[in-house]
Amino acid sequence: MVPVDYYIVLSAILFAVGALGVLIRRNPLIMFMSIELMLNAGNLAFVAFASVYKSFSGQIFVFFVIAVAAAEVAVGLALIVEIFKSKKSINIDEMNSLKG
Amino acid sequence: MTSDLIVFLVLSLVAVASALGMLFSRNAVYSALFLVLNFVTVAVFYILLGAPFIAMTQITVYAGAIMVLFLFVIMLLGAESLPPSEGLPWQKPLAILLAIILAAESVYLIFTRARSNAVVSMPEIATNSMDNLREMSAMLFNQYLLPFEVASVLLLVAMVGAIVLSKHEKVAKG
Repeated sequence: MVPVDYYIVLSAILFAVGALGVLIRRNPLIMFMSIELMLNAGNLAFVAFASVYKSFSGQIFVFFVIAVAAAEVAVGLALIVEIFKSKKSINIDEMNSLKG
Repeated sequence: MTSDLIVFLVLSLVAVASALGMLFSRNAVYSALFLVLNFVTVAVFYILLGAPFIAMTQITVYAGAIMVLFLFVIMLLGAESLPPSEGLPWQKPLAILLAIILAAESVYLIFTRARSNAVVSMPEIATNSMDNLREMSAMLFNQYLLPFEVASVLLLVAMVGAIVLSKHEKVAKG
């Protein structure tokens, strides 16, 4: 018997760690991974509430979030590869112009 | 302390530790592997919460497909470790302070304002069986049919977008 609050607190902590990752790392790949971590923290809260309210809607939302995350990663990584091809570097501080 | 609570505490320790390991490891490949550990831990949480289908999706899609893609790109670009950039010197301490404030505030608000007495107990064997999956798929293909189809279009668009992004270079070269 675990109170649902504990799951929500864990999800909040994981979300804060993901936000910290976006703020302190300068490698766009690791910033991407931090975004995935934040999405995952949101999913954990969804499943916890779905389990409390005995409803499948929360689980189905998680299913869609995973689909959106997969699409996002495909496009994002293609963009990072393209930026690397034109700039020969993926340091986030050098990505300051719209025109490659 | 019940066994549920012990399992929860140990697993949450692993989840938070692997998230922090992802953040602070120097090599991007280690970061990706720490993130795989984190995803598997969250998948175990899903099983504890009575969502075996979501747990398996998490392992195959996140820990399998997405992280393999990440590792592939990291190794392709040789971006294992970037040289430390000068950037803004006060950014890191400020970011850590703000993240701690965010975590502390949300934990405080969850425990004071949004306190609920609901508990999550380990699912019975009966709720864990095929009935669970059957009910969920009936809901997915009736009530949520339109979002499901839109998600398939979204995946198609993402796939076409990724192909167009990498094809453009080839046309320009040849």
